[in-house]
Amino acid sequence: MIYRENGQFKTSYKTDQQIFPIFQDRWTILALIAFAFVGVPMLADEYLFKAILIPFLILSLAALGVNLLVGYCGQITLGAGAFMAIGAYAAYNFAIRVDGMPLIAALLLGGCTSALVGIVFGVPSLRVRGLYLAIATLAAQFFWDWAFLRIKWFTNHSPSGSVSISNLDVFGWRISTPVDKYLLCLVILVVFALLAKNMVRGAIGRQWMAIRDMDVAAEVIGIRPMYAKLSAFAVSSFFVGVAGALWGFVHLGSWEPAAFSIDRSFQLLFMVIIGGLGSIMGSFFGAAFIIVLPIFLNQFLPWLGSLVGLSISVATVSHFEFMIFGALIVFFLIVEPHGLARLWSTGKEKLRLWPFPH
Amino acid sequence: MAFFLETLIGGLMAGMLYSLVALGFVLIFKASGVFNFAQGAMVLFAALAMARFSEWIPGWLGVANPVIANILAFIIAAAIMFAVAWLIERLVLRHLVNQEGATLLMATLGIAYFMEGLGQTIFGSDIYKIDVGMPKDPVMMLESVFEGGLLINKEDFYAALIAAALVAALALFFQKTGTGRALRAVADDHQAAQSIGIPLNRIWVIVWCVAGAVALVAGIIWGSKLGVQFSLATVALRALPVVILGGLTSVPGAIVGGLIIGVGEKLSEVYLGPLVGGGIEIWFAYMLALVFLLFRPQGLFGEKIIDRV
Repeated sequence: MIYRENGQFKTSYKTDQQIFPIFQDRWTILALIAFAFVGVPMLADEYLFKAILIPFLILSLAALGVNLLVGYCGQITLGAGAFMAIGAYAAYNFAIRVDGMPLIAALLLGGCTSALVGIVFGVPSLRVRGLYLAIATLAAQFFWDWAFLRIKWFTNHSPSGSVSISNLDVFGWRISTPVDKYLLCLVILVVFALLAKNMVRGAIGRQWMAIRDMDVAAEVIGIRPMYAKLSAFAVSSFFVGVAGALWGFVHLGSWEPAAFSIDRSFQLLFMVIIGGLGSIMGSFFGAAFIIVLPIFLNQFLPWLGSLVGLSISVATVSHFEFMIFGALIVFFLIVEPHGLARLWSTGKEKLRLWPFPH
Repeated sequence: MAFFLETLIGGLMAGMLYSLVALGFVLIFKASGVFNFAQGAMVLFAALAMARFSEWIPGWLGVANPVIANILAFIIAAAIMFAVAWLIERLVLRHLVNQEGATLLMATLGIAYFMEGLGQTIFGSDIYKIDVGMPKDPVMMLESVFEGGLLINKEDFYAALIAAALVAALALFFQKTGTGRALRAVADDHQAAQSIGIPLNRIWVIVWCVAGAVALVAGIIWGSKLGVQFSLATVALRALPVVILGGLTSVPGAIVGGLIIGVGEKLSEVYLGPLVGGGIEIWFAYMLALVFLLFRPQGLFGEKIIDRV
């Protein structure tokens, strides 16, 4: 109803291969990004940045990484939290052990380390799949949880076991206020999202999808499963690792291994499921949903309780959160296995024909 | 030597307890191809129900006898677990027939979250006690053979006995009853079973009920050992490597796997742990299972998976 692609003819390969072939889509996205860069810093207050926007940006980046692996390559992982931890601790070690290490370089090196470890833990995917692979990735989760807790070298022998980083500085730009942090995360997220979008449109993404859909057939048409799977693990771990480094450096400031526990892994997996497996857009939807829902419930349930004359304690709210999460997961798997992203596109499809569907 | 044997026996008994949880996984996987991540949540839920009802019932009925209270609580908890099994089949599994394994796995994750939340909402989230009269005092054994004898925890011993009895009962149920035969048929081939008139939905309800009962027993034993609290749900995570090691489809595998993991964990913790900083039993089992996966993906006793990856 709002717009259609009628009359937009593609007359060159360049226009045919654009990321957003429809003119209005392109401009909407650009406007959205511009708004995120200019409008949001003017409108949002500190609480909004700290509680919602910065976690949203970082966890969308992580969800993006998980989605590349789970949604595009079909390799289920329950160890994403561990790779966030690896990214964070590797970046921390690079930052404090190398003099004058720029922040961005530390973040990227954290991601690279995570990618290397991802390749190692991706090796079982060559032998097993599905449930067994999920267990293999759980092994990564438990091992690294333990390693960052017990091996003192990783935490620079800090007595409390928690590490902290201060004085963030990108090429002379001091990252101190929430707005700065927000903008830094936003820049990184935009770059990585663009990277991911292009990757899944390109040769490598198509290889991943072929492996996901049917690995034997993919092998027959000349895709090397080993290369495809391990590259998916590497790229995914890289994304997740950078997100983990950002989470530690920018969002938390100082952190312990518990920040990247198995609950984080499940949370990321849920984001991907609820948002939509195999959809870049879905990662954002999922992250937004999972971050906003608990905050919403925290406000809404006590209010609802006060309406009927009950006082709902914080513990009860967190239990309800569990229940609602669980129910939603099941609901989405049954009703819309492709998640919010599919709802979005069906909605758009419906709107195209509305109000005259025939 | 005595110390080694003590560790070994402690490991074997801990392993029996892992097997109890692992059994729940195997039963459901065999019959419906669902890898039930919610088994831990079911253990927690059942244990919570058992603990709270045995606490409430004396007040409701005015009976002070703890035995009667425990028996009634057991019956109620079992009934609740059966209801849960039925609801899961009705509301979740029925709608997810023919989906991929990974989808079902994630669905059971959702169920797990739901049950953890529900259990704590209804029954509360403190630490509760289950007292079914298991003796807690350790005993000395074989004092004539070793100097100082072997120190054995009686509670562990009884728990292992109960687990063994449960396994025997399950084996009988599977091998000798009509329903058990139907269950095995469904496990072998869904379509063939359906074509000779075995009602799939009912079989699934039954198998989830059995898994619920196993969860209840596991919950009672673990609960009386550790106290009923949220961390009970993570017992399932400890039992996962057991299933991998033993094979997803094999009941004896769950037992043997449990024993191996139990012994491996204890021995590695005692002899390897001090070298690397301790606390390694959490991941040691996983690493063992992971290495095992690389060489024998179907586990010790599992059916050979005939597909290429």
